[in-house]
Amino acid sequence: MGGSLSKALAKIFGNKEMRILMLGLDAAGKTSILFIGSMTLESVLAQFFLMFSITILYKLKLNQSVTTIPTVGFNVETVTYKNVKFNVWDVGGQDKIRPLWRHYYTGTQGLIFVIDSQDRDRIDEARQELHRILSDREMRDCLLLVFANKQDLPGAMSPAEVTEKLGLHRMKERSWYVHPSCATTGEGLYEGLNWLNQNTKTK
Amino acid sequence: MGVFYHIDKSTVLQEARVFNESPIVPRKCRLLLTKIIYLLYLGEPMATNEATELFFSVTKLFQSKDIALRQMVYLVIKELSTIAEDVIMVTSSLMKDMQPKSEVIYRANAIRALCKIIDATMLPSVERFLKAAIVDKTPSISSAAMVSSYHLFPAGKDVIKRWANEVHEAINSKPTSLVGTASSYLSFTSSGSSYNTPSTSNISQYHALGLLYMIRQHDRMAVTKLIQQLAGSSRGTFGSSSGTLRNPFAYCLLIRYAAKTLDEDPNSRQQMFELLEGWLRHKSDIVNFEAAKAICNIKDVTSKELHPAVNVLQLFLSSPKSTLRFAAIRTLNKLAMSHPTAVQPCNFDMENLITDQNRSVATFAITTLLKTGNEASVDRLMKQITGFMSEISDEFKVIVVDAIRSLCLKFPTKQVVMLGFLSGVLRDEGGYEFKRAVVEAIFDLVKFIPESKEAALAHLCEFIEDCEFTKLSVRVLHLLGVEGPKTATPTKFIRYIYNRVILENSIVRAAAVSALAKFGVSAEDSEVRKSIKVLLTRCLDDNDDEVRDRATLYLKLMDDEESAEKYVKDDSTYSLAALERQLVQYVSNQEASEKPFDLSAVPKITKAQAEAENLKSRSFDLVSTQTIGISSSAVASTSAAAIPTSRDATPTPGIDQQVVYAHQLEKIPEIAAFGSLFKSSVKPVELTESETEYVVSCVKHMFDEHIVFQFIVNNTLNDQLLENVTIVMQAESDDGSLVEEFVIPAPNLPYDQPGSIYVAFKRTNPEDYTPCCFSNTLKFLVKDCDPSTGEADGEGYEDEYLVEDIEIVTGDHILPTYINDFQNAWDSMGEEGQVIETFALTAAKSLKDACTTLIDLLGMGPVENSGTPTSPSLHTLMLSGTFLGNIKVLAKSRMTYSPSSGVTMELSVRSSSEEISRQKGSSRYICLFKVSKSGTFAALASVFAKLFTDSRTFVVVQYLCNTIGNETIFNCEGLLNEIKEDQNRIMKFIRICCFGSIFICNALMWTFFTKALNKSSSSLQVTVLNSATNFCMTAVLGNIIFGETLSLQWWFGASLIVIGTLLINKSIHDRKDRMKNKDKRQ
Repeated sequence: MGGSLSKALAKIFGNKEMRILMLGLDAAGKTSILFIGSMTLESVLAQFFLMFSITILYKLKLNQSVTTIPTVGFNVETVTYKNVKFNVWDVGGQDKIRPLWRHYYTGTQGLIFVIDSQDRDRIDEARQELHRILSDREMRDCLLLVFANKQDLPGAMSPAEVTEKLGLHRMKERSWYVHPSCATTGEGLYEGLNWLNQNTKTK
Repeated sequence: MGVFYHIDKSTVLQEARVFNESPIVPRKCRLLLTKIIYLLYLGEPMATNEATELFFSVTKLFQSKDIALRQMVYLVIKELSTIAEDVIMVTSSLMKDMQPKSEVIYRANAIRALCKIIDATMLPSVERFLKAAIVDKTPSISSAAMVSSYHLFPAGKDVIKRWANEVHEAINSKPTSLVGTASSYLSFTSSGSSYNTPSTSNISQYHALGLLYMIRQHDRMAVTKLIQQLAGSSRGTFGSSSGTLRNPFAYCLLIRYAAKTLDEDPNSRQQMFELLEGWLRHKSDIVNFEAAKAICNIKDVTSKELHPAVNVLQLFLSSPKSTLRFAAIRTLNKLAMSHPTAVQPCNFDMENLITDQNRSVATFAITTLLKTGNEASVDRLMKQITGFMSEISDEFKVIVVDAIRSLCLKFPTKQVVMLGFLSGVLRDEGGYEFKRAVVEAIFDLVKFIPESKEAALAHLCEFIEDCEFTKLSVRVLHLLGVEGPKTATPTKFIRYIYNRVILENSIVRAAAVSALAKFGVSAEDSEVRKSIKVLLTRCLDDNDDEVRDRATLYLKLMDDEESAEKYVKDDSTYSLAALERQLVQYVSNQEASEKPFDLSAVPKITKAQAEAENLKSRSFDLVSTQTIGISSSAVASTSAAAIPTSRDATPTPGIDQQVVYAHQLEKIPEIAAFGSLFKSSVKPVELTESETEYVVSCVKHMFDEHIVFQFIVNNTLNDQLLENVTIVMQAESDDGSLVEEFVIPAPNLPYDQPGSIYVAFKRTNPEDYTPCCFSNTLKFLVKDCDPSTGEADGEGYEDEYLVEDIEIVTGDHILPTYINDFQNAWDSMGEEGQVIETFALTAAKSLKDACTTLIDLLGMGPVENSGTPTSPSLHTLMLSGTFLGNIKVLAKSRMTYSPSSGVTMELSVRSSSEEISRQKGSSRYICLFKVSKSGTFAALASVFAKLFTDSRTFVVVQYLCNTIGNETIFNCEGLLNEIKEDQNRIMKFIRICCFGSIFICNALMWTFFTKALNKSSSSLQVTVLNSATNFCMTAVLGNIIFGETLSLQWWFGASLIVIGTLLINKSIHDRKDRMKNKDKRQ
């Protein structure tokens, strides 16, 4: 009885699931975005203390900032935002893993492509990868959300510049959206998810 | 089972699309995963692309939080990890699952799965997590981490070696009952259910010990320490469970390591044995058994040491558990082969086991009893065996027959009973292996027990009447042909043999014809000969070519006495290995095939020699009978056998290997120019431990004027490619007797492909055979390469690798030969080339030891079976060999043995060249002589130095002058004055002389010292002896020349030095002897 009731409620309030694939070059900050996105209160607190102590330790001891471990493979997390369950697949961006992205195209409703806004040298490479992904048959109908990440760093490209560099204006049949973000503070992430949510609704 | 009935791979792969659906239905997916595993388990072949496709679909399941499903996912990943590509895709997800904050049940399995998919290059990145997991409080996690590390060890030695401390901690950690709550409180919040069941078996200790040993196995000290530590901590607490190790399997493992250490390191023997003995009283059966087994397997175990172990096994014999009974009886059975007396106390218990319902136990019990039993019990046993023989399988029957065979030879008087039994079982149904075992047992009876010959042959005749195995029939017929004519009534066998000609297939018929012919040729009775001729003539009508050919040949031979002698009676044969090789060569060589095959080049060996070879390789339960065997067969093979000339004499041991070497060397043009190979060392000398980066061994090839060292180098590093590998050999005594000619380097050495480097030396003086020693350094260019493809990259760098020294000893120049009549050859050699020396080998434990050591050292072959002593206290060893340059050498060594003084031997060597004889005996003592000379000169040098400066020189001179003066004073007054005037001049002259003498004496001292250092194998010995001689001589000379008084203390001190020197000297020799023995044993 309770189960059917909650199902009915879910229908009324539009509690739906969405499958999101998050890709991008290595070190663009995908895992960080996922990490911030999937945190619950308790884990945020635990993680905060942990990170804080480690960071301080590193800063004191080695005088260097914490380096992230590159994702070898993928992480999958579920983020619930505004009654929508986002199943986010974060697949590593290293050269040797890029060919394996295709295994995760099937059933994807939204692609989050993360750009390191500071890394001007590799923006061209990012463009090529993006176009390669979008040309796949499986990705024909999916939404494209580009996070221009690392906006907090000096010399970061603006969203407009990123749009220009990625050649998104030429894409006519696809709905796309570029949003600035900063994974370390979590700025801009929910706005992006909001866009995804709204655009699937309209479909 | 209904679900799994008729599963098809393609449908399962189709269904695998379910994994891609969202949301996931865990129940459905679990079932499908089970199906996949079931298919893999059945051995269904899966193509790489199918597996990869499947693998990636399975990875989608990581989004589900269902615990049971995740477990299945881990399992499937592990299974697919070897088939699918790109399995590293799940690395990140697995690493997330093994983090401390995830569920306990995830963590252990994630670790196991992760270690399946990563390789050595990724190991450093997960190192931190694995290290933490090893010391985790939860046994399942810690076990998982350690087992995974164990499997990863071969790939990532260097990384895993760093974890030794963590593993050690894991062994010592105490299991806490808090585990359940301590490590999983985090997960309670999310799942609410914990799968954590605290384990009580402490199996993680077993895993930890295994891994720790793997890490430390090359460090003997560390292993010994580890064993002591783990055993020691539990020492006082037997019976209570508070020792470090609580897991019986861990104890078993520890016992194995202890036994291995004991085996490898004789110094630790006492200590390890005590530990093993202590474990015999452990509360767990499995530990007791393992310890008892380890004690039984010690190589040179004494009966006193065996006693407690056998006691434990005896208790197990009456245990209600059949596994224990089986284990115990099996161990005892093995022990009975070498130490039958030690097992005897268990006889009563074993007799009870004969009726055990488990047939395996019963068979082992009987065969053990047969080995341990005395003559009286044999009859009873045989009766019992006959009772159950029909109930057991062929394999066990073979075991029983083998046991009876050795029993026959042990108690020849019981042969009637045994033979009755053997012929009885021969009539039973049975497969080829079984029949063969029986027939061979009867063959042995015929050979070794002459009384049983007639009866045994009769039984064999009966057997071939009704034998379904052609092979056995042929063997029996051959034996009948050889042995039959020698019996009292040969005629009765002829009927049986001829029956074969009528009734059997062509192969047996041909064998029968040969056997008949042997009777015909050897029979004295002309009647018999005539009837055999008739029989053979009938065979001429046979429809098989081979049978007819043989019959014709033998008919002709019977008329021709001389050729009959040559072809039928002469039982010398060709060395089969050599013959085969030469035939192969002949067939493969196009040019040679135009000429007929030269049979005379194939070495001939006599029957006796061939038998000696066969016996050598015989299983060792027959060792005790070898002596009987050879003496009887030596009688059998009359002197009609061709006596080979010294050049043709076949060096039987190692001949195959030698010819192979010769073949290899001939392919190298530079070496082929040296002429024919004289001798190659029988087995390669290991110059490195077998576990090092580069394994080097050396084979010495002797040519008439050259020595070629062949270094076999194996590169065991899979990420390196060695190029241009050479060996730099540095002779320790550079006296110019050996001049390096050339080095042939190995161009490149990829991983695990041994290559050879040749270094050739020329002997400048062909007469000079002094032993010498070389130090060797391996030089090469290292290039890193990809382990998988073997392709080198980069420039590489030069590197060196020092390997152990290699020695050329007298034995290398001598080829063991086989001669028939030693005494004759010895006498004909005459006294002129004889040298006799007496040695005391205190270290040798028995005459057998001494014999093997001597044979090894001299490289000569024992003659007339003198290699195995028959009496424990007195023995004469006769050796023969061919020295380089075709000089015959004979050695005779009379040895006596007494437990207190070891082996004393008198070695007399005769050869055509006296120098060689001397060299053999004396080389060890030359160096001692030289050392004492160098010490004396050192002392003289100091005397002169003193003379040069001392005021007493003046006194001495004056005294001398006065004496001369006094003597002459009466005769010639004037001379005295002259002398007195000259005194100053003389003084100056003497001082100059003294000054010069200092240098001369020092120079001489150094010369002798260095020479002695070269000759001796131990520089310590030389130095100590040198200084001792120096010390004593200085004191004595000082006393004589300068009148220095020697106090009592001095005498005391001096005697201490002398005794010390003697002790050092002795210990060095002891160690050498022991090392030799050890080499022998290995």
